[in-house]
Amino acid sequence: MLLNQFLFLAAVLFCIGVYGVLARRNAVLVLASIELMLNAVNINLVAFGAYRHSIAGQVFALFVITIAAAEVGVGLAIVVLIFRNRASIALDEADLLKG
Amino acid sequence: MFFLRNAWLVPAVPGACFFLILFFGKRMPGKGADIGIAGVGLSFLLSLGAAVKWISMSTPRHAVERHVTWFKMGGITVHAGTHIDGLAVMMLFVVTIVSLMVHVYSVGYMHGDRRFTFYYAALSLFTASMLTLVTADNTLLLLIGWELVGVCSFMLIGHWWEEEVNSAAAVKAFITTRVGDVGLMLGIITLFYAAGQNFDIAHLNRLALTGGISHHLLLVGALLLLLGVVGKSAQFPLHVWLPDAMAGPTPVSALIHAATMVVAGVYLVARVYGVFLSGLSIGPLGNGINALALIGGITVLIGAALAFVQDDVKRVLAYSTISQLGYMVMALGVGAWTAGIFHLFTHAFFKALLFLGSGSLIHAVHSNNMSDMGGLRKRMPTTFWTFIVASLALAGIFPLAGFWSKDEILLGASRGDYPLFLWVGVIGAFMTAAYMTRACYLIFWGEYRGEGHPHEAPPSMAWPLRILAVGSIGAGWLSAFGFHGFPNWVSFDVEGVTREVIHEYAFSVPLAAISLAVALIGIGVAAGYYFRNLGPHGLTRRNGPARAGYRFLEEKYYLDKIYIDGVIRSIQYPIARGMYWFDQHVIDGFVNGVAFVSGKVAGFVYNVIDQKVVDGAVNGAGFTAEESGGILRYIQTGRVQQYAAVLFGAAGLFALILVLTTA
Repeated sequence: MLLNQFLFLAAVLFCIGVYGVLARRNAVLVLASIELMLNAVNINLVAFGAYRHSIAGQVFALFVITIAAAEVGVGLAIVVLIFRNRASIALDEADLLKG
Repeated sequence: MFFLRNAWLVPAVPGACFFLILFFGKRMPGKGADIGIAGVGLSFLLSLGAAVKWISMSTPRHAVERHVTWFKMGGITVHAGTHIDGLAVMMLFVVTIVSLMVHVYSVGYMHGDRRFTFYYAALSLFTASMLTLVTADNTLLLLIGWELVGVCSFMLIGHWWEEEVNSAAAVKAFITTRVGDVGLMLGIITLFYAAGQNFDIAHLNRLALTGGISHHLLLVGALLLLLGVVGKSAQFPLHVWLPDAMAGPTPVSALIHAATMVVAGVYLVARVYGVFLSGLSIGPLGNGINALALIGGITVLIGAALAFVQDDVKRVLAYSTISQLGYMVMALGVGAWTAGIFHLFTHAFFKALLFLGSGSLIHAVHSNNMSDMGGLRKRMPTTFWTFIVASLALAGIFPLAGFWSKDEILLGASRGDYPLFLWVGVIGAFMTAAYMTRACYLIFWGEYRGEGHPHEAPPSMAWPLRILAVGSIGAGWLSAFGFHGFPNWVSFDVEGVTREVIHEYAFSVPLAAISLAVALIGIGVAAGYYFRNLGPHGLTRRNGPARAGYRFLEEKYYLDKIYIDGVIRSIQYPIARGMYWFDQHVIDGFVNGVAFVSGKVAGFVYNVIDQKVVDGAVNGAGFTAEESGGILRYIQTGRVQQYAAVLFGAAGLFALILVLTTA
């Protein structure tokens, strides 16, 4: 079994995710990009797990999925609230915490 | 064995009641009296159980000991526990029954008092302290009980402290006994080291009797302990506090005189008797005159003599107590251990009865003075007959309690070959009978001289009198008519010591006849003087030497004057003046010097160290924080994506470093 292909796929997905997080203004798309990065990590975990014949990778992946679901729930709730307050979900406009 | 093994419950119950009354007493229906009576009643039942168990134990009886580790310090382990033998069981019984009677009696006597609840709390603590002292198995615990008893007596004597006389009496009692307590504390420390750094009393007795401690050390220890006994048990010359202690409520006087406080000293001697026996060479160890017997003997006579000239009924009884305590100490001093303790036992009943009876009189007449009484025989029948029973018991009339115990003391003095103290005992018996006859005459016969209409005491006061009257009649029969109950149950046994140190004496008919005859003559002489108006009346007014003698007694041998003018004034004036000079010049000079130097040092510290160094550092820290914050705020844009870019950039940088260094 070739590990490299999986790692390559994961790296590509991760980079797309990073790009999305850094470049997009829409908060929903930023959240989707974060999801992409997490799933890239999941692919890595499962791939290494299968490569080393260990169940630990899959277990970790399951945990990551669970946490990701919770994270998206919280994130989307915040986005909804921001939208209600400001009628916009553009991230560069939400800069009230500036020092 | 439950009652003997768990004897710690007996002091613990009134101890707990003290706190209960203090915190909840005011809200109870009986204002705290109910808790106090229930607690002491429970203690009494436990003591009764212990007594029954002790008596039913098969001979030879062994003391029941139980202890827990109290504290460890410098390699010494100190235990706290109970040592229950015949002496302790007897004391538990006496203390709890007298305390119970006093508790019940006080409901009537103290009715409507402004500090009624506090009074009951103090009574409970007083009882608990005395019981702790009695059950203690080591001298340290005993000392704690001893001091607590002192504190409680202080609180109760000064119960009506609004009047200056009362608070002064409380202070006098406390300070006078404290003089003796210094000796006690030094004695305990001496014996602690003498016994190989051990506070245990049984161990101490064993060592003392088997020659484990040198005679000189024991002599010093015994004399120091004796000083404590003299203070606490009101022996000559520290007896002066006891008559003044009459300032307290009368039931408290009964408790102090019969069961707690003053008998603590006698109990201490009996408890560590090995030390006294070897240290002072008592009885079989040598028949010389020793300090213990001498002090007891002097106290018997001076106390009895003073009782003749008092007008205050409680003071008559107080001097009588001093005299009777003298008997107990004298008995212990001549080696008649059982006799002394037996006298303590019987005395508790009739002296408590006399005090409660006098309380009933005072309650009715509203005066302490016998010159305000008279003719009360018809008006207060219960008080009258119980008082007469107690007086006859005190005088030593067959077959009442005092007869048997006093007779045993005389027997002890005669068999121990102490003729001097035999005479003291006989003369004391004569005087006792005479002064009690005088008191009874002045109270109950003749015309009523007071104001108002005296009435009989309420039932809560009358019943304790009746119960104690039964005790005053019957207590002596525990060692009477050829029955050796008391000496068998209560004896001075030290395990491992088989030597015959304590003599047990059989009843002697001739001596008993003599003592009875002497007491009857005493009564007869006094009765002739007062009832039949015989003898030299008015002698003290006509005759110079007689007047001087009367005055000498009235002034209590000028002992109070000597203490106040001789001891206290001599300290107050010259020494106080010297101390004042020393204070003004030496101490103040020193203090001022210290203050001046401190001022200079403080000035330097303020100007140089505080202003420059400390403030500099504080200001510098603030300035640095402000400046660095000013710079850092530029990267705080509030844009999440910019933060994320920095985050990923940094992560990438670290990843690069990782790859380069591991490659």
